[in-house]
Amino acid sequence: MTDVVRIVDVVDECYDTKTFVFEWGAEVRPGQFVMVWVPGVDEIPMSVSGIDGNRKSITVKAIGEATRAIHQLKAGDHLRIRGPFGNGFDLGCGEMLIIGGGVGTAAIMPAVKATGADTIIAARSDRDVIMESVASGSAGSLWIATDDGSRGFHGNAVQLMRERIAEKHYDCVLACGPEVMLWFTYKACEELGVDCQLSLERYMKCGAGVCGCCVMDDSRVCRDGPVFTRDQLSKLTEFGKSKRDACGRVVSFR
Amino acid sequence: MRRSAEFAIFIVAPSIISDMASLKTRVGTLDLERPGMVASGIMDETGPSLVRMMECGCGAVVTKSIGLQPNQGHANPCFTEVDGGYVNAMGLPNPGIEEFASEMEVAVRAGPVIGSIYGAGPGDFSELAGRMEDYGASAVELNLSCPHAKGFGMEVGTDPAMVGSIVSAVKSAVSIPVWAKLTPNTHILQDIGRAVQDAGGDAIVAINTLKAMVIEPEFARPLLSNRFGGLSGKCLLPVGVRAIYDLRTAVDIPLVGVGGIETWRDAAQYIMAGASAFQIGSAVGTIGPEVFSLINDDLSAFMDEYGYGHISDMVGVAHD
Repeated sequence: MTDVVRIVDVVDECYDTKTFVFEWGAEVRPGQFVMVWVPGVDEIPMSVSGIDGNRKSITVKAIGEATRAIHQLKAGDHLRIRGPFGNGFDLGCGEMLIIGGGVGTAAIMPAVKATGADTIIAARSDRDVIMESVASGSAGSLWIATDDGSRGFHGNAVQLMRERIAEKHYDCVLACGPEVMLWFTYKACEELGVDCQLSLERYMKCGAGVCGCCVMDDSRVCRDGPVFTRDQLSKLTEFGKSKRDACGRVVSFR
Repeated sequence: MRRSAEFAIFIVAPSIISDMASLKTRVGTLDLERPGMVASGIMDETGPSLVRMMECGCGAVVTKSIGLQPNQGHANPCFTEVDGGYVNAMGLPNPGIEEFASEMEVAVRAGPVIGSIYGAGPGDFSELAGRMEDYGASAVELNLSCPHAKGFGMEVGTDPAMVGSIVSAVKSAVSIPVWAKLTPNTHILQDIGRAVQDAGGDAIVAINTLKAMVIEPEFARPLLSNRFGGLSGKCLLPVGVRAIYDLRTAVDIPLVGVGGIETWRDAAQYIMAGASAFQIGSAVGTIGPEVFSLINDDLSAFMDEYGYGHISDMVGVAHD
């Protein structure tokens, strides 16, 4: 589905991240994403960060040309989007611990709101923490972790996750964040015997499961994912190791 | 009693199987277990994705079009949904023939792989075809039809003399079958088809996408970064069926039909128009990779009901 939607609100999340709220009637599941057109620049995949009736949102960190261009948009401006795409999270998997790392926090927020599950928001430092007020209104317990210790737990998301799992039983961890964080989340879940659903990211062109540019092994991140279970992740040899560039060439992470 | 009932089922079953229609087909010298292939550009940039499509019920898989050098393709947006299909201008993204060796190594273990290649002239095509043959491709498909890559595809594929010289050069360079994929964006499709046949081409694949454009009124500009692209999907079906019908009247070499197939009825139209096999692209998105097994089952049931024992019994029957 393609739609031109109108932005109704812009919320500053932190110094480099804004949430754009727009009116969109499409049915969206937590964990799904849209392709957002930035005229003259690019079209990029963005997680849906809010699902509130007809009001949906994306949360954008200004890190490149396209995201900086989106940051110029104001209430009343139009966005041309395609979607929603992807499988989304399965929210019927028992007692959940939900983790967002950096701007990946945007992708898990609809799941936090829908379930009220315990939540960890991890960021580099205090000034990088986003969407805390949204999470605190829904999450059972909310913990903040910062790499530099400027706020909350001093350490990364996975270290804090291990502490929480030692204190309380969880059936499943839901997470989105940088791939290195997701890789260690996966390894920890494997070691602790906890299931997980991790939302991954790859270079995308069509978003609709057609072109195959975003495949990891034989799985389309845009259509078979972006959320993969622990069992599925165990079969993805490229997870945590490599990605493919726009030409389809393998690029190793290390 | 119970044992004998089971035994009765056991002895009846083989005779049912032997009466069932066969989906085996043949494109020139290439035998295929099933008539459907995943079309070039669809889930075919990596070895594992080609293997997956083979396991979904394809008789062969066609690779993304590979060139001499790595190519990023066009910037996003290069794809959009439209009523009845998609418009894309991927711009032939591919890792280049050198790097594609590792993907082919994985793919050819799963079944017949058709190596799609694109180039600017006979020299490029010959070199690429030779590499594909080395990699174990069962045939090469010459992309003479991409509508959105400057200097390639349709730009070299709408001149019968150029098409003839490319096919002829590739034929002298390799011993595997040479298929030419043609564009509907021409009024001389039959002339181009005859040029393929006269140059010794082994089969014609038709059609590629119809040149197209999408403009977004709120933004007063074309959506695609390349401005124009190619229309694919079910809205294309009658155009493709007509193209195969036209080609069947012009040439004797085998035809492979592609464009808008989503169901067994669509596939049957292409076969009855004259195609010995078919390819599916957009429906991998609209229906899913399971489209191949669905069509295999339904086509087989149709053939049983209407008394077509083999695909070859249906090929071209719509002609007088």
